[in-house]
Amino acid sequence: MKFVDEFREPELVTKAAEEIRRLADPGRHYRLMEVCGGHTHAIYRFGLKDLLPANIELIHGPGCPVCVLPMGRIDDGLSLAEDPNVIFAAFGDMMRVPGARGSPLEHKARGMDVRIVYSPSDALKLARTNPDRHVMFFAIGFETTAPSTALTIMRAKAEGIRNFSVFCNHVTIIPAIRAILDSPDMRLDAFIGPGHVSTVIGCRPYEWIVQDEHKPIVVSGFEPLDMLQSIVMLLRQLRNGEAKVENQYKRVVPWEGNRAALRAMAEVFQLRPYFEWRGLGFISQSALRVRDAYAEWDAEQRFSVPGVRVTDPKAAQCGEVLKGVLKPHQCKLFGRECTPEHPIGALMVSSEGSCAAYYNYEHRKAAMVNILSSTA
Amino acid sequence: MCLAIPGKIIEISPDNPDMALVDVVSVRRKVDLGLLQEDRPQPGDWVLIHVGFAMSKISEQDAHDQMQTLRILGEAEAAMQEVEGYGLEDGGSGEPN
Repeated sequence: MKFVDEFREPELVTKAAEEIRRLADPGRHYRLMEVCGGHTHAIYRFGLKDLLPANIELIHGPGCPVCVLPMGRIDDGLSLAEDPNVIFAAFGDMMRVPGARGSPLEHKARGMDVRIVYSPSDALKLARTNPDRHVMFFAIGFETTAPSTALTIMRAKAEGIRNFSVFCNHVTIIPAIRAILDSPDMRLDAFIGPGHVSTVIGCRPYEWIVQDEHKPIVVSGFEPLDMLQSIVMLLRQLRNGEAKVENQYKRVVPWEGNRAALRAMAEVFQLRPYFEWRGLGFISQSALRVRDAYAEWDAEQRFSVPGVRVTDPKAAQCGEVLKGVLKPHQCKLFGRECTPEHPIGALMVSSEGSCAAYYNYEHRKAAMVNILSSTA
Repeated sequence: MCLAIPGKIIEISPDNPDMALVDVVSVRRKVDLGLLQEDRPQPGDWVLIHVGFAMSKISEQDAHDQMQTLRILGEAEAAMQEVEGYGLEDGGSGEPN
Protein backbone atom coordinates (compact mmCIF):
# COMPACT_ATOMS: atom_id res chain seq x y z
CA MET A 1 0.00 0.00 0.00
CA LYS A 2 1.10 3.55 -0.68
CA PHE A 3 1.49 5.58 2.47
CA VAL A 4 -1.69 7.51 2.99
CA ASP A 5 0.28 10.72 3.64
CA GLU A 6 1.53 10.69 0.04
CA PHE A 7 -2.06 11.25 -1.10
CA ARG A 8 -3.64 14.66 -1.43
CA GLU A 9 -5.48 15.61 1.78
CA PRO A 10 -4.41 12.51 3.73
CA GLU A 11 -6.66 13.37 6.68
CA LEU A 12 -9.70 13.31 4.36
CA VAL A 13 -8.54 9.98 2.91
CA THR A 14 -8.35 8.56 6.43
CA LYS A 15 -11.79 10.00 7.25
CA ALA A 16 -13.34 8.53 4.10
CA ALA A 17 -11.85 5.11 4.90
CA GLU A 18 -13.33 5.35 8.44
CA GLU A 19 -16.72 6.35 7.03
CA ILE A 20 -16.64 3.30 4.72
CA ARG A 21 -16.01 1.04 7.73
CA ARG A 22 -18.88 2.70 9.58
CA LEU A 23 -21.31 2.34 6.66
CA ALA A 24 -20.43 -1.20 5.59
CA ASP A 25 -22.79 -3.71 7.18
CA PRO A 26 -20.52 -6.46 8.57
CA GLY A 27 -23.19 -9.05 7.78
CA ARG A 28 -23.19 -8.21 4.12
CA HIS A 29 -20.74 -8.80 1.25
CA TYR A 30 -20.53 -5.92 -1.25
CA ARG A 31 -19.54 -6.41 -4.86
CA LEU A 32 -18.77 -3.06 -6.51
CA MET A 33 -17.64 -2.92 -10.13
CA GLU A 34 -15.29 -0.21 -11.31
CA VAL A 35 -16.14 0.04 -14.99
CA CYS A 36 -13.05 1.95 -16.12
CA GLY A 37 -9.60 0.44 -16.61
CA GLY A 38 -8.04 3.68 -15.33
CA HIS A 39 -9.78 3.06 -12.00
CA THR A 40 -8.52 -0.55 -11.96
CA HIS A 41 -4.96 0.66 -12.39
CA ALA A 42 -5.41 3.31 -9.69
CA ILE A 43 -6.94 0.81 -7.22
CA TYR A 44 -3.89 -1.46 -7.43
CA ARG A 45 -1.36 1.34 -7.61
CA PHE A 46 -2.78 3.11 -4.56
CA GLY A 47 -3.36 -0.14 -2.70
CA LEU A 48 -6.94 0.96 -2.04
CA LYS A 49 -7.99 -2.56 -1.09
CA ASP A 50 -5.84 -2.23 2.02
CA LEU A 51 -8.01 0.70 3.10
CA LEU A 52 -11.28 -1.18 2.62
CA PRO A 53 -12.93 -3.71 4.92
CA ALA A 54 -12.70 -7.32 3.69
CA ASN A 55 -16.41 -7.51 2.86
CA ILE A 56 -16.08 -4.85 0.13
CA GLU A 57 -14.97 -6.56 -3.05
CA LEU A 58 -13.97 -4.52 -6.09
CA ILE A 59 -14.75 -6.25 -9.38
CA HIS A 60 -12.81 -5.04 -12.40
CA GLY A 61 -14.99 -4.05 -15.33
CA PRO A 62 -14.66 -4.06 -19.12
CA GLY A 63 -13.38 -0.48 -19.52
CA CYS A 64 -9.96 -1.18 -21.03
CA PRO A 65 -10.30 -0.75 -24.80
CA VAL A 66 -7.15 -2.72 -25.64
CA CYS A 67 -8.34 -5.62 -23.47
CA VAL A 68 -11.80 -6.04 -24.97
CA LEU A 69 -10.64 -5.97 -28.60
CA PRO A 70 -10.88 -9.48 -30.09
CA MET A 71 -7.64 -10.78 -31.54
CA GLY A 72 -9.14 -11.12 -35.02
CA ARG A 73 -9.55 -7.35 -35.32
CA ILE A 74 -5.80 -6.86 -34.80
CA ASP A 75 -5.10 -9.44 -37.52
CA ASP A 76 -7.65 -7.75 -39.82
CA GLY A 77 -6.05 -4.35 -39.33
CA LEU A 78 -2.54 -5.69 -39.84
CA SER A 79 -3.57 -7.63 -42.96
CA LEU A 80 -4.59 -4.33 -44.60
CA ALA A 81 -1.10 -3.02 -43.92
CA GLU A 82 0.61 -5.94 -45.68
CA ASP A 83 0.55 -3.67 -48.75
CA PRO A 84 3.97 -1.95 -48.72
CA ASN A 85 2.28 1.31 -49.71
CA VAL A 86 0.37 1.39 -46.42
CA ILE A 87 1.60 2.97 -43.19
CA PHE A 88 -0.04 1.38 -40.12
CA ALA A 89 -0.46 4.05 -37.42
CA ALA A 90 -1.69 3.29 -33.90
CA PHE A 91 -1.37 4.43 -30.29
CA GLY A 92 1.60 3.03 -28.38
CA ASP A 93 -0.74 0.86 -26.25
CA MET A 94 -1.53 -1.26 -29.31
CA MET A 95 2.05 -2.04 -30.26
CA ARG A 96 2.57 -5.11 -28.07
CA VAL A 97 -0.95 -6.53 -28.28
CA PRO A 98 -0.68 -10.00 -29.77
CA GLY A 99 -2.59 -10.92 -32.91
CA ALA A 100 -2.65 -14.54 -34.11
CA ARG A 101 0.43 -13.83 -36.22
CA GLY A 102 2.15 -11.48 -33.83
CA SER A 103 1.80 -7.94 -32.50
CA PRO A 104 2.13 -4.74 -34.57
CA LEU A 105 5.68 -4.44 -33.23
CA GLU A 106 6.53 -7.96 -34.42
CA HIS A 107 5.07 -7.11 -37.84
CA LYS A 108 7.31 -4.07 -37.90
CA ALA A 109 10.34 -6.27 -37.24
CA ARG A 110 9.27 -8.29 -40.29
CA GLY A 111 9.26 -5.16 -42.45
CA MET A 112 5.80 -3.63 -42.07
CA ASP A 113 5.73 0.18 -41.83
CA VAL A 114 4.26 0.58 -38.33
CA ARG A 115 4.24 3.98 -36.59
CA ILE A 116 3.26 5.11 -33.12
CA VAL A 117 1.09 8.21 -32.95
CA TYR A 118 -0.15 9.93 -29.81
CA SER A 119 -3.11 11.57 -31.49
CA PRO A 120 -5.36 10.69 -34.47
CA SER A 121 -4.54 14.13 -35.86
CA ASP A 122 -0.89 13.05 -36.07
CA ALA A 123 -1.92 10.06 -38.18
CA LEU A 124 -3.59 12.57 -40.51
CA LYS A 125 -0.41 14.61 -40.45
CA LEU A 126 1.53 11.51 -41.57
CA ALA A 127 -0.85 11.30 -44.54
CA ARG A 128 -0.20 14.96 -45.38
CA THR A 129 3.58 14.50 -45.29
CA ASN A 130 3.49 11.17 -47.17
CA PRO A 131 1.19 11.96 -50.10
CA ASP A 132 2.38 8.91 -52.08
CA ARG A 133 1.54 6.46 -49.27
CA HIS A 134 -1.74 5.46 -47.63
CA VAL A 135 -1.95 5.99 -43.86
CA MET A 136 -4.32 3.72 -41.98
CA PHE A 137 -5.07 4.73 -38.41
CA PHE A 138 -6.03 1.77 -36.20
CA ALA A 139 -8.57 3.49 -33.95
CA ILE A 140 -9.49 2.09 -30.55
CA GLY A 141 -11.16 3.46 -27.46
CA PHE A 142 -14.44 4.23 -25.77
CA GLU A 143 -16.31 7.53 -26.00
CA THR A 144 -13.27 9.34 -24.59
CA THR A 145 -11.27 8.85 -27.80
CA ALA A 146 -14.01 8.36 -30.42
CA PRO A 147 -14.79 12.13 -30.77
CA SER A 148 -11.13 12.87 -31.57
CA THR A 149 -11.15 10.23 -34.32
CA ALA A 150 -14.46 11.65 -35.62
CA LEU A 151 -13.11 15.19 -35.79
CA THR A 152 -9.96 13.96 -37.52
CA ILE A 153 -12.06 12.21 -40.21
CA MET A 154 -14.12 15.40 -40.65
CA ARG A 155 -10.90 17.37 -41.14
CA ALA A 156 -9.56 14.82 -43.67
CA LYS A 157 -12.77 15.24 -45.68
CA ALA A 158 -12.73 19.04 -45.41
CA GLU A 159 -9.12 19.19 -46.56
CA GLY A 160 -9.66 16.56 -49.27
CA ILE A 161 -6.93 14.27 -47.90
CA ARG A 162 -7.68 10.95 -49.59
CA ASN A 163 -4.63 8.88 -48.64
CA PHE A 164 -5.93 8.47 -45.08
CA SER A 165 -8.37 5.99 -43.57
CA VAL A 166 -9.47 4.76 -40.16
CA PHE A 167 -9.85 1.12 -39.17
CA CYS A 168 -12.52 1.77 -36.59
CA ASN A 169 -12.70 -0.28 -33.38
CA HIS A 170 -14.41 2.31 -31.21
CA VAL A 171 -16.78 0.81 -28.67
CA THR A 172 -19.45 2.23 -26.38
CA ILE A 173 -19.57 1.59 -22.66
CA ILE A 174 -23.31 1.36 -21.95
CA PRO A 175 -24.03 -1.89 -23.90
CA ALA A 176 -21.05 -3.54 -22.18
CA ILE A 177 -22.46 -2.67 -18.75
CA ARG A 178 -25.82 -4.06 -19.87
CA ALA A 179 -24.18 -7.29 -21.10
CA ILE A 180 -22.45 -7.72 -17.75
CA LEU A 181 -25.69 -7.16 -15.85
CA ASP A 182 -27.41 -9.71 -18.12
CA SER A 183 -24.70 -12.28 -17.50
CA PRO A 184 -26.17 -15.05 -15.32
CA ASP A 185 -22.97 -15.72 -13.36
CA MET A 186 -22.56 -12.09 -12.34
CA ARG A 187 -23.95 -10.55 -9.18
CA LEU A 188 -23.13 -6.91 -8.55
CA ASP A 189 -24.39 -4.41 -5.99
CA ALA A 190 -23.29 -1.12 -7.52
CA PHE A 191 -21.01 0.62 -10.00
CA ILE A 192 -18.13 3.07 -9.80
CA GLY A 193 -18.81 4.95 -13.05
CA PRO A 194 -16.07 5.88 -15.52
CA GLY A 195 -14.63 9.39 -15.15
CA HIS A 196 -13.32 10.38 -18.54
CA VAL A 197 -15.92 8.60 -20.68
CA SER A 198 -18.49 10.59 -18.72
CA THR A 199 -16.87 13.93 -19.64
CA VAL A 200 -18.18 13.09 -23.13
CA ILE A 201 -21.45 11.19 -22.53
CA GLY A 202 -22.42 12.88 -19.27
CA CYS A 203 -24.41 11.12 -16.53
CA ARG A 204 -27.83 10.66 -18.15
CA PRO A 205 -26.94 7.49 -20.12
CA TYR A 206 -26.57 5.66 -16.79
CA GLU A 207 -30.12 6.33 -15.67
CA TRP A 208 -31.43 2.95 -16.91
CA ILE A 209 -29.04 1.21 -14.48
CA VAL A 210 -30.88 2.75 -11.55
CA GLN A 211 -34.34 2.58 -13.12
CA ASP A 212 -34.29 -0.91 -14.65
CA GLU A 213 -31.72 -2.66 -12.48
CA HIS A 214 -32.05 -0.68 -9.25
CA LYS A 215 -28.25 -0.49 -8.85
CA PRO A 216 -26.51 2.69 -7.65
CA ILE A 217 -23.79 4.24 -9.80
CA VAL A 218 -21.40 7.04 -8.86
CA VAL A 219 -19.25 8.65 -11.58
CA SER A 220 -15.83 8.94 -9.98
CA GLY A 221 -12.51 10.74 -10.29
CA PHE A 222 -9.19 8.92 -10.14
CA GLU A 223 -7.51 10.15 -6.98
CA PRO A 224 -7.62 7.91 -3.91
CA LEU A 225 -9.89 10.42 -2.18
CA ASP A 226 -12.22 10.47 -5.21
CA MET A 227 -12.60 6.72 -5.27
CA LEU A 228 -13.07 6.40 -1.50
CA GLN A 229 -15.68 9.18 -1.56
CA SER A 230 -17.45 7.39 -4.41
CA ILE A 231 -17.53 4.18 -2.34
CA VAL A 232 -18.95 6.19 0.60
CA MET A 233 -21.68 7.53 -1.71
CA LEU A 234 -22.48 4.02 -3.00
CA LEU A 235 -22.63 2.54 0.52
CA ARG A 236 -24.97 5.35 1.67
CA GLN A 237 -27.31 4.58 -1.22
CA LEU A 238 -27.16 0.84 -0.54
CA ARG A 239 -27.81 1.36 3.18
CA ASN A 240 -30.85 3.51 2.38
CA GLY A 241 -32.13 1.10 -0.26
CA GLU A 242 -31.71 3.80 -2.91
CA ALA A 243 -30.47 3.62 -6.50
CA LYS A 244 -29.40 6.94 -7.98
CA VAL A 245 -26.89 8.23 -10.51
CA GLU A 246 -24.52 10.51 -8.61
CA ASN A 247 -21.57 12.52 -9.87
CA GLN A 248 -18.56 12.60 -7.54
CA TYR A 249 -16.34 14.01 -10.34
CA LYS A 250 -18.31 17.25 -10.85
CA ARG A 251 -15.13 19.29 -11.21
CA VAL A 252 -14.53 17.60 -14.58
CA VAL A 253 -17.75 15.83 -15.62
CA PRO A 254 -20.76 17.98 -16.61
CA TRP A 255 -24.11 16.21 -16.13
CA GLU A 256 -24.95 16.73 -19.80
CA GLY A 257 -21.51 15.69 -21.12
CA ASN A 258 -19.67 17.43 -23.95
CA ARG A 259 -22.17 18.33 -26.67
CA ALA A 260 -19.57 19.30 -29.28
CA ALA A 261 -17.88 15.90 -28.85
CA LEU A 262 -21.22 14.05 -29.07
CA ARG A 263 -22.08 16.02 -32.24
CA ALA A 264 -18.79 15.06 -33.91
CA MET A 265 -19.38 11.39 -33.05
CA ALA A 266 -22.96 11.49 -34.38
CA GLU A 267 -21.79 13.19 -37.59
CA VAL A 268 -19.16 10.59 -38.45
CA PHE A 269 -20.18 7.34 -36.73
CA GLN A 270 -23.21 5.12 -36.54
CA LEU A 271 -23.81 2.07 -34.34
CA ARG A 272 -22.86 -1.31 -35.72
CA PRO A 273 -25.66 -3.88 -35.41
CA TYR A 274 -23.31 -5.98 -33.28
CA PHE A 275 -19.60 -6.26 -32.42
CA GLU A 276 -17.51 -8.93 -30.79
CA TRP A 277 -15.95 -8.17 -27.42
CA ARG A 278 -13.19 -10.27 -26.04
CA GLY A 279 -14.58 -12.27 -23.15
CA LEU A 280 -18.10 -10.94 -23.51
CA GLY A 281 -18.92 -12.26 -26.98
CA PHE A 282 -21.14 -10.45 -29.49
CA ILE A 283 -22.98 -7.46 -28.05
CA SER A 284 -25.60 -5.71 -30.14
CA GLN A 285 -25.20 -2.00 -30.87
CA SER A 286 -22.02 -1.80 -28.85
CA ALA A 287 -19.54 -0.36 -31.35
CA LEU A 288 -19.19 2.38 -33.91
CA ARG A 289 -18.59 2.26 -37.65
CA VAL A 290 -17.92 5.11 -40.06
CA ARG A 291 -21.03 6.44 -41.81
CA ASP A 292 -21.37 6.02 -45.59
CA ALA A 293 -20.98 9.78 -46.05
CA TYR A 294 -17.37 9.29 -44.91
CA ALA A 295 -16.85 5.91 -46.66
CA GLU A 296 -13.69 7.12 -48.35
CA TRP A 297 -12.00 7.47 -44.95
CA ASP A 298 -13.25 4.10 -43.66
CA ALA A 299 -10.63 1.37 -44.14
CA GLU A 300 -13.36 -1.30 -43.92
CA GLN A 301 -15.44 0.22 -46.72
CA ARG A 302 -12.43 1.14 -48.82
CA PHE A 303 -10.49 -2.13 -48.61
CA SER A 304 -11.48 -5.73 -48.39
CA VAL A 305 -11.19 -6.90 -44.78
CA PRO A 306 -10.70 -10.65 -44.26
CA GLY A 307 -12.93 -10.74 -41.14
CA VAL A 308 -10.60 -12.97 -39.16
CA ARG A 309 -11.97 -14.67 -36.06
CA VAL A 310 -9.46 -16.09 -33.62
CA THR A 311 -10.37 -17.94 -30.47
CA ASP A 312 -8.24 -17.10 -27.45
CA PRO A 313 -5.70 -19.73 -26.36
CA LYS A 314 -7.72 -22.45 -24.66
CA ALA A 315 -5.92 -22.34 -21.35
CA ALA A 316 -6.25 -18.55 -21.08
CA GLN A 317 -9.25 -17.41 -19.06
CA CYS A 318 -9.33 -13.78 -20.21
CA GLY A 319 -13.12 -13.88 -20.62
CA GLU A 320 -13.79 -14.95 -17.06
CA VAL A 321 -11.34 -12.38 -15.71
CA LEU A 322 -12.82 -9.67 -17.90
CA LYS A 323 -16.31 -10.39 -16.59
CA GLY A 324 -15.02 -10.37 -13.02
CA VAL A 325 -15.91 -14.04 -12.49
CA LEU A 326 -12.26 -14.94 -11.86
CA LYS A 327 -9.56 -12.83 -10.21
CA PRO A 328 -6.46 -12.39 -12.40
CA HIS A 329 -4.31 -14.76 -10.32
CA GLN A 330 -6.96 -17.49 -10.60
CA CYS A 331 -6.28 -17.87 -14.35
CA LYS A 332 -4.16 -20.95 -15.07
CA LEU A 333 -1.62 -18.98 -17.12
CA PHE A 334 -1.27 -15.97 -14.79
CA GLY A 335 2.34 -15.22 -13.85
CA ARG A 336 3.59 -18.40 -15.56
CA GLU A 337 3.07 -18.46 -19.34
CA CYS A 338 1.39 -15.04 -19.29
CA THR A 339 3.36 -12.09 -17.86
CA PRO A 340 3.63 -8.38 -18.81
CA GLU A 341 6.93 -9.23 -20.54
CA HIS A 342 5.34 -12.08 -22.55
CA PRO A 343 1.59 -11.40 -22.60
CA ILE A 344 -0.76 -14.03 -23.99
CA GLY A 345 -3.96 -12.09 -23.35
CA ALA A 346 -4.54 -8.37 -23.77
CA LEU A 347 -5.42 -7.96 -20.07
CA MET A 348 -1.70 -8.49 -19.42
CA VAL A 349 -0.57 -5.90 -22.01
CA SER A 350 -2.27 -2.67 -21.07
CA SER A 351 -1.46 -0.97 -17.76
CA GLU A 352 -5.24 -0.62 -17.45
CA GLY A 353 -5.77 -4.35 -17.86
CA SER A 354 -6.60 -6.02 -14.56
CA CYS A 355 -4.00 -8.80 -15.07
CA ALA A 356 -1.11 -6.37 -15.66
CA ALA A 357 -2.25 -4.20 -12.73
CA TYR A 358 -2.54 -7.23 -10.45
CA TYR A 359 0.80 -8.61 -11.62
CA ASN A 360 2.67 -5.32 -11.23
CA TYR A 361 1.40 -4.55 -7.75
CA GLU A 362 -0.17 -7.49 -5.91
CA HIS A 363 1.79 -10.37 -7.43
CA ARG A 364 5.18 -8.68 -7.02
CA LYS A 365 4.25 -7.58 -3.49
CA ALA A 366 3.32 -11.16 -2.58
CA ALA A 367 6.55 -12.47 -4.13
CA MET A 368 8.53 -9.96 -2.05
CA VAL A 369 6.75 -11.01 1.14
CA ASN A 370 7.58 -14.66 0.37
CA ILE A 371 11.23 -13.84 -0.20
CA LEU A 372 11.40 -11.79 2.99
CA SER A 373 9.69 -14.47 5.08
CA SER A 374 11.88 -17.25 3.65
CA THR A 375 15.06 -15.30 4.43
CA ALA A 376 13.87 -14.12 7.86
CA MET B 1 -4.10 6.12 -24.14
CA CYS B 2 -6.62 6.89 -21.44
CA LEU B 3 -4.39 9.48 -19.82
CA ALA B 4 -5.96 12.85 -19.16
CA ILE B 5 -3.18 15.40 -19.16
CA PRO B 6 -3.63 18.89 -17.69
CA GLY B 7 -2.29 21.84 -19.69
CA LYS B 8 -2.51 25.64 -19.77
CA ILE B 9 -3.57 27.47 -22.94
CA ILE B 10 -0.76 29.86 -23.91
CA GLU B 11 -2.00 31.14 -27.24
CA ILE B 12 -4.74 30.45 -29.75
CA SER B 13 -3.50 30.19 -33.33
CA PRO B 14 -4.36 33.47 -35.16
CA ASP B 15 -5.28 31.61 -38.36
CA ASN B 16 -7.04 28.60 -36.79
CA PRO B 17 -9.26 29.11 -33.71
CA ASP B 18 -9.30 25.32 -33.13
CA MET B 19 -5.53 25.15 -32.64
CA ALA B 20 -3.83 26.29 -29.44
CA LEU B 21 -0.35 26.27 -28.02
CA VAL B 22 -0.58 24.55 -24.64
CA ASP B 23 1.97 24.29 -21.84
CA VAL B 24 2.26 21.01 -19.94
CA VAL B 25 4.94 21.24 -17.24
CA SER B 26 7.00 23.56 -19.47
CA VAL B 27 6.62 21.39 -22.59
CA ARG B 28 4.72 23.32 -25.25
CA ARG B 29 2.73 21.59 -27.94
CA LYS B 30 -0.19 22.31 -30.26
CA VAL B 31 -3.48 20.92 -29.01
CA ASP B 32 -6.80 20.75 -30.84
CA LEU B 33 -9.69 22.73 -29.30
CA GLY B 34 -12.30 21.47 -31.78
CA LEU B 35 -14.17 19.47 -29.11
CA LEU B 36 -14.65 22.52 -26.86
CA GLN B 37 -16.61 24.61 -29.35
CA GLU B 38 -19.45 25.10 -26.88
CA ASP B 39 -17.23 26.55 -24.20
CA ARG B 40 -14.11 27.88 -25.88
CA PRO B 41 -11.08 28.17 -23.61
CA GLN B 42 -9.03 31.38 -23.66
CA PRO B 43 -5.31 31.92 -23.08
CA GLY B 44 -4.65 31.35 -19.38
CA ASP B 45 -7.39 28.71 -19.04
CA TRP B 46 -6.56 25.13 -18.03
CA VAL B 47 -7.80 22.10 -19.93
CA LEU B 48 -7.61 18.31 -19.71
CA ILE B 49 -6.02 16.88 -22.87
CA HIS B 50 -6.75 13.45 -24.26
CA VAL B 51 -4.97 12.09 -27.38
CA GLY B 52 -4.07 15.62 -28.50
CA PHE B 53 -7.55 17.11 -28.05
CA ALA B 54 -8.71 19.33 -25.18
CA MET B 55 -11.72 17.54 -23.67
CA SER B 56 -12.76 19.76 -20.76
CA LYS B 57 -11.93 23.01 -19.02
CA ILE B 58 -10.72 22.64 -15.44
CA SER B 59 -9.51 24.93 -12.66
CA GLU B 60 -5.83 25.58 -12.04
CA GLN B 61 -6.07 23.73 -8.72
CA ASP B 62 -7.62 20.69 -10.43
CA ALA B 63 -4.86 20.82 -13.05
CA HIS B 64 -2.19 20.65 -10.33
CA ASP B 65 -4.07 17.85 -8.54
CA GLN B 66 -4.38 15.91 -11.81
CA MET B 67 -0.63 16.17 -12.45
CA GLN B 68 -0.01 14.93 -8.90
CA THR B 69 -2.40 12.02 -9.52
CA LEU B 70 -0.45 11.09 -12.67
CA ARG B 71 2.76 11.22 -10.61
CA ILE B 72 1.52 8.90 -7.89
CA LEU B 73 0.00 6.62 -10.52
CA GLY B 74 3.47 6.37 -12.04
CA GLU B 75 2.08 7.77 -15.28
CA ALA B 76 3.62 11.25 -15.31
CA GLU B 77 6.47 10.08 -17.51
CA ALA B 78 4.11 8.41 -20.00
CA ALA B 79 2.02 11.58 -20.02
CA MET B 80 5.04 13.74 -20.83
CA GLN B 81 6.12 11.28 -23.50
CA GLU B 82 2.65 11.53 -25.01
CA VAL B 83 2.70 15.34 -24.95
CA GLU B 84 6.19 15.44 -26.46
CA GLY B 85 4.95 13.11 -29.19
CA TYR B 86 2.09 15.43 -30.26
CA GLY B 87 2.69 16.95 -33.67
CA LEU B 88 5.44 14.47 -34.58
CA GLU B 89 7.79 17.50 -34.80
CA ASP B 90 10.69 16.63 -32.57
CA GLY B 91 12.02 13.20 -33.32
CA GLY B 92 8.42 12.26 -33.88
CA SER B 93 8.77 10.11 -36.96
CA GLY B 94 6.36 7.73 -35.28
CA GLU B 95 9.08 5.09 -35.17
CA PRO B 96 8.37 2.77 -32.23
CA ASN B 97 11.30 2.24 -29.88
